[in-house]
Amino acid sequence: MMDLSAISPAALVAALIAASTPILLAAIGELVVEKSGVLNLGVEGMMITGAIFGFAASVETGSPWLGLVAAMIGSAILALIFGVLTQYFLTNQVATGLALTLFGLGFSALIGQGYTGIKPPPFPRLDIAGLSGIPFFGRALLSHDYIVYLSILLVAAVWYFLKYTRPGLVLRAVGENHDAAHAIGYNVTRIRLMAVAFGGACAGLGGAYLALVQVPQWTEGMTAGAGWIALALVVFASWKPWRVVLGAYIFGGVSILQLNLQAVGVNIPVAYLSMAPYIVTIIVLVIMSGDRTSAPASLGRVFHASS
Amino acid sequence: MFRLEARPQPSRFWIAVTPILAVIATMIAGGLMFAVLGKDPLASIRMIFWDPLMGEYAFYYRGQLLTKAGPLILIAIGLSIGFRAGIWNIGAEGQYIIGAICGAGVALAAYPVQAWYIFPLMVLAGGLGGWAWGMIPAILRNRFGTNEILVSLMLVYVAQHLLSSMALGLMRNPEGMGFPGSRNLQQYPSAANPELIAGTGIHWGVVAAFLSVIVAYVFMSRHMTGFQIRLMGESPRAATFAGVIPKRVVTFTLGLSGALAGLAGLFEVSGPAGQITIDFASGYGFTAIIVAFLGRLHPIGIMLGGLLMALTYVGGNLVQQQAGLPAAAIQAFQGMLLFFLLAFDLLSAYRVRLVKREHR
Repeated sequence: MMDLSAISPAALVAALIAASTPILLAAIGELVVEKSGVLNLGVEGMMITGAIFGFAASVETGSPWLGLVAAMIGSAILALIFGVLTQYFLTNQVATGLALTLFGLGFSALIGQGYTGIKPPPFPRLDIAGLSGIPFFGRALLSHDYIVYLSILLVAAVWYFLKYTRPGLVLRAVGENHDAAHAIGYNVTRIRLMAVAFGGACAGLGGAYLALVQVPQWTEGMTAGAGWIALALVVFASWKPWRVVLGAYIFGGVSILQLNLQAVGVNIPVAYLSMAPYIVTIIVLVIMSGDRTSAPASLGRVFHASS
Repeated sequence: MFRLEARPQPSRFWIAVTPILAVIATMIAGGLMFAVLGKDPLASIRMIFWDPLMGEYAFYYRGQLLTKAGPLILIAIGLSIGFRAGIWNIGAEGQYIIGAICGAGVALAAYPVQAWYIFPLMVLAGGLGGWAWGMIPAILRNRFGTNEILVSLMLVYVAQHLLSSMALGLMRNPEGMGFPGSRNLQQYPSAANPELIAGTGIHWGVVAAFLSVIVAYVFMSRHMTGFQIRLMGESPRAATFAGVIPKRVVTFTLGLSGALAGLAGLFEVSGPAGQITIDFASGYGFTAIIVAFLGRLHPIGIMLGGLLMALTYVGGNLVQQQAGLPAAAIQAFQGMLLFFLLAFDLLSAYRVRLVKREHR
């Protein structure tokens, strides 16, 4: 029997914010990478690696915080493999990103062998005294864990960095025209490596959030395309940080809504509801793909100083 | 200090040698990985690369080799033609699933009629299904400029959900006592894709794979469209001046790679797999990407690459059973191989010069 009144709007908003956080984190990292002119298609691989690194480290140490740190470092190192291959070995970025995803999926499953069915240490929730009790807003917006707020802060920081700081301007210059940036004397390769490592750390954090807070447990291939959705988000957002937030919450909303519809027993087979987030991603990509002007001009192009 | 000098033309010598170097490097790095996991590295590597071919039970494993290489080669041939043109279909896994569903659908609809035309109809349906699934990113890219990488990949997840809905619902075996999964096509002679020569592992899919290698070779090196595809990948601007219509190339390559992946799915579901099940998709569509690169996007190379990759699958199973190595280790191993391949590619496009650090 279908009963839509069983879905509470406040709980829905709270759930969609939590569900969006992993893709939001991964997408804001990838946005910085792409702004520097590098297309890293390995987000899925870095996320799943972050998920298992974070999970394993927090189970072994008992500290969820150490788990997050391990996830960020692990995924950043993985991202640097991609960085070194594309920047020093001048490999094709599409192929190398795919390799990163394939490797990450296998590697994470390998490490994660002994960790299925274990519960990770609980993650502390940030309850601001008095505020969480406010009707609707308290439940929907003010009773989340630290990472949710951190993700918003991170978006603000990236926005400020890219728009108002000198290093941010340099990074954008490298992404728009690497030959010109090189000619003025900026080290294109080093700047891009740093951006790639940052993107890896963000994706790792997103993956760890998925495994430690949202699910919370480890299963093989648990990211289930979240990394790819994050890539689509960057396109959707036209490389603008705040639009990443909007996009992430729309996707989070769709996936939470379909889960809720499954729970209340809507008369649509579960398999079709589960397709919804992916189909919505395609539709959104179609709508947004008319706008090509905002993409960094050097995106995906190989840079070699002597050529 | 090393300095890279761009070669005027990619070195033919290094193009041929780099895959071998990459395999050796992967063996070394993989051996290290196995050692870290507490396995004997030499024994593990021997078990993957040697035992399936020359070991004690090789007569059994050699047959599996062709069975696994068939779909990999068939899919990779299709992908490589698109990759040559700079069109990235990475959703072959989805097209493979849809091809299997369409082909099996024909068989299940016809059951229990016995007739010679059922299997050819299934082949047609499988190819068309994969083609249609591949046309979605093609049409969206041509019409709206949507990125075909992301769309084709999203469609993999859609196909996977469709597959589980089929296995649990529409295509479930009515005599299966409630278990998920369709009827077994191997027990339905008109729809079965059996081993053609006992012990070799050759079924119609393997035959199709080898045919596709020959056709692709002739097509890419002798046919005008093949030339246009290569031209578009190497210099899109020059291609438009030469009269290549990019949209047509997009439609052609995505449709073709979809159709071949769909065929691979059909041959798999009617042959080795036998039925539509929830876990029917085995990742061939993704591994085929590695095969395409391993073969340098060249048909003959892809054939060899497909055989090598099949060897890592068969050998991987062997280490899993005998040395207790996890299945995922092979996946990581294959990913590593792609990393090394891409890295060594540098040698064919650039000359590496050792130079003394210049004083500026």
